[in-house]
Amino acid sequence: MSETTKSPKKQTEQVSQVTIRFAGDSGDGMQLTGNQFSDTSAIFGNDLATLPDYPSEIRAPAGSLAGVSSYQIQFASVEIHTPGDEPDVLVAMNPAALKVHLPDLRAQGTIIANTANFNKRNLQLAGWDENPLEGDMLKDYRVIAVDMHALVVDALKDIGLPAKIMARSTNMFALGLLYWMYDRPMDSTFAFLEDKFQKRPEIIEANKKAVRAGYHFGETTELTSVSYVVTKAKKPAGTYRNIMGNHALALGLVAAGKGSDLPFIYAGYPITPASDILHILAGYKNFRIITFQAEDEIAAVTAAIGAAYAGALAVTGTSGPGMALKSEALGLAVSAELPLVVVNVQRGGPSTGMPTKTEQADLSQAMIGRNGETPMVVLAASTPADCFDTAYEACQIAIEHMVPVIVLSDSYLGNGSEPWRIPDVNGLPKIKNRLVKEAGDKFQPFAIVDEKYMARSWAIPGIPGLEHRIGGLEKDSLTGNVSGDFLNHEHMVDRRQKKIDVVADRIPLAKAYGDESGDLLVLGWGSTYGAIRSGVDRARAKGVSVSHVHLKHLNPFPRNLGEVLVKFSRILIPEMNKGQLARFIRAEYLIDVLCYSKIDGRPFVPSQIENKIAEILGDA
Amino acid sequence: MTTNVAVSHKQSRKDYVSDQVVRWCPGCGDYSILSQVQKAFPEFGRPKEEFVFVSGIGCSSRFPYYMNTNGFHTIHGRATAVATGVKLANPDLSVWVATGDGDSLSIGGNHLIHLLRRNLDINILLFNNRIYGLTKGQYSPTSEMGKFTKSTPFGTLERPFNPAAFALGAASTFIARSLDMEGKHLQEMITASYRHRGTSFLEIYQNCRIFNDNAFIDLLEKPQKFENQLILEHYRPMLFGANKSKGIRMDGHRPQVVDLDGGRYSVNDLVIHDKHDKMLANVLCELTYMPDFPTPLGIIYEDNQDTYEDQVHKQMDQAVAQLGEGDLEQLLHDGHTWEVQ
Ligand code: SF4
Repeated sequence: MSETTKSPKKQTEQVSQVTIRFAGDSGDGMQLTGNQFSDTSAIFGNDLATLPDYPSEIRAPAGSLAGVSSYQIQFASVEIHTPGDEPDVLVAMNPAALKVHLPDLRAQGTIIANTANFNKRNLQLAGWDENPLEGDMLKDYRVIAVDMHALVVDALKDIGLPAKIMARSTNMFALGLLYWMYDRPMDSTFAFLEDKFQKRPEIIEANKKAVRAGYHFGETTELTSVSYVVTKAKKPAGTYRNIMGNHALALGLVAAGKGSDLPFIYAGYPITPASDILHILAGYKNFRIITFQAEDEIAAVTAAIGAAYAGALAVTGTSGPGMALKSEALGLAVSAELPLVVVNVQRGGPSTGMPTKTEQADLSQAMIGRNGETPMVVLAASTPADCFDTAYEACQIAIEHMVPVIVLSDSYLGNGSEPWRIPDVNGLPKIKNRLVKEAGDKFQPFAIVDEKYMARSWAIPGIPGLEHRIGGLEKDSLTGNVSGDFLNHEHMVDRRQKKIDVVADRIPLAKAYGDESGDLLVLGWGSTYGAIRSGVDRARAKGVSVSHVHLKHLNPFPRNLGEVLVKFSRILIPEMNKGQLARFIRAEYLIDVLCYSKIDGRPFVPSQIENKIAEILGDA
Repeated sequence: MTTNVAVSHKQSRKDYVSDQVVRWCPGCGDYSILSQVQKAFPEFGRPKEEFVFVSGIGCSSRFPYYMNTNGFHTIHGRATAVATGVKLANPDLSVWVATGDGDSLSIGGNHLIHLLRRNLDINILLFNNRIYGLTKGQYSPTSEMGKFTKSTPFGTLERPFNPAAFALGAASTFIARSLDMEGKHLQEMITASYRHRGTSFLEIYQNCRIFNDNAFIDLLEKPQKFENQLILEHYRPMLFGANKSKGIRMDGHRPQVVDLDGGRYSVNDLVIHDKHDKMLANVLCELTYMPDFPTPLGIIYEDNQDTYEDQVHKQMDQAVAQLGEGDLEQLLHDGHTWEVQ
């Protein structure tokens, strides 16, 4: 922390939470800048949550509105659950970024604009008739207008780099300025740069200089008068790291592979926003993980099914459109009673929809989207770090119960990050499997061997005496041979449902956060967790009678969910879809619920939940 | 075939007959194929629990139920992908795919391409009867142009598919063809498929007694079968005809049928089959659909390439050698971490 000595001339102010949004052209390195700020804040000890948002076009025209990429972070000295409501600070590297994000900035918020890009052409591309930095259009905000480009060129002039290369360090200037404003150390970014550009010392040098230039600009210029201190957050003791949801999910799978002591195969097909799971796992070859990039989504799931049939922990991952393609094969996995984990990192639909935007609209698909009576276990992760636990639990259920399990994540969780308390490896539950070691006298491939789990044995090829045939045709409940018997079919349909029902015996009961009864219960699932929890906390702080139940287990629901729900006068279900959980809750418990739909590609923010609660109950 | 463990007792055909009643139509060519597989397998000297049959949907895909090995009857067109997963999970298994022209050339075409290209050590038995049997008689991708079927009462408008040429285009390392009723030849080809390390693609012309009877009659009935079968043998001249009096000669890059009795050509003028010659394989694949030429049967092409699964495991071994066995504790703590007291 050698380089954070404050200039005595300036004031400092203590604040408990701050939200910054970095926005610029796709080529401006905003994701990297945001990630650096997050890592630094995480190591510093703040609680934080992040929300990257990038265009689905690989490279939209430079300076255009479609090409704006952003990264939002909320960091705090208190516990937080979301990347923040409205940004306090907007870093706008060009006019398009300002245009797209200004409406979200809070009143009196700070704009840090890179004037170098506010030229006529860029202003035109962004649809500004005149330069917003001149005139009084932004008079309700605090504007720090800096020609970052000129200052960077000046700072780097001794290195002798071409102008184009120097320009690439402009984002590091912005980062340095924010490091000064929020009293962050620069060390971890320096370490990152040294690692990333190992072979190019001049680039390390240039970027470090740019960070420092930004920092010193903050210290010396009159444009900035105050810097802010956000102290460490109190968190449970442990070792932490900052982690994105897709990464946590991949690690959860690796851990389950170890915990189950089975060969591990992940089969996937490239699709946004799930591809990162494939990329991450592909790097872990020394864990003897097989990653298989299949020719299509169907091949990915069917290869995984083949691997499960042969005795592997088999996982396939995708997003909504890919899930649609896999649905016939999921029926096979259900029918053959094979362990399989299917991850759906949801994105905006229908069809190709909004590939880089978040949505929770694949819940119905997960619950019922297959031909025939084809129930599957469905779990949903609620935060980036929770993706680890959810993935692990899914593998555990799949293997112990001999059933396919769907894990729902989404773009917001997959790409968002938060501090994660790294679990103790030895504390992870062991996963016991149903593998048959040798053929006994009465071996029957499809007989239920554990009533509690409704599990059949896992008789894999290669063991003498266990040869048998199974498939997607209806099977005899004991031998697994093809059966067209009417009563057997009905029995098997019931059995497949019962296999799901018994999972409720192992999952925790639902418990309301707040009070056990009251005027309003906010019921959520998946990635709305943070916004709901914060919104409910704010309402409760005002004395409103509101509680929160968040579902990880969607099929089956916790055993007592019905009893918990009836204790509240009203139930509100916020969802990033048109009321899909609401429909299942109504159907299952015959109670009415209020839907709060939001389906604009962006996650809920706490104030929306808070306002909705107020709208229903009125302020206390 | 990584573990050719000797089997303690001498296996016989009976060991491979399952307890299920075979339910193909009487006279279906599938019976003969089943019987040849059941005769070939005991000769491999391999424990039967190591065999896995994977199939899709169609008449041919009922095959696994009748083999007393492991069997997985999956969904339409996906057997090749399922088999890929089986082999990746356990490379020690001998994995077989039983499929048909509809199953693997129509709905499952994509997976077939990629299995061939990846070259996993999997054996594909493609039952080509040029019709959809199970769904009761619609034209298939290999049906001849103009064919009248239930779904084409005015004749098909589609040109038929050339499976061998397709396989060659997909970088297949083993392409062979046989006939359901030529038992001895078929058994030889099944054995050759088994012996080939890599994906073997064996196209078997199969008679659908009910919906496309006698589709291959010219290849099966005497005397015309001698004129129409070109039995390929490695390093042997391409001879055919009842008295082996005809042959294939190359006229520049074009194949030509020549009569050895005419005095103008002798055996020395004929093409010598070389199963490793890809250019020749191209010609043989095309020959199948050229009028006035006999149909090549036997191993059209064979090439030795690393199998996909071997390379997958090699990469893992290399990673372990370089980085050591993966340590979960370390992996979870990778990157920046910090302590909270
Ligand atoms: S329909 Fe044709 S292919 Fe199918 S079993 Fe009958 S004869 Fe054989």
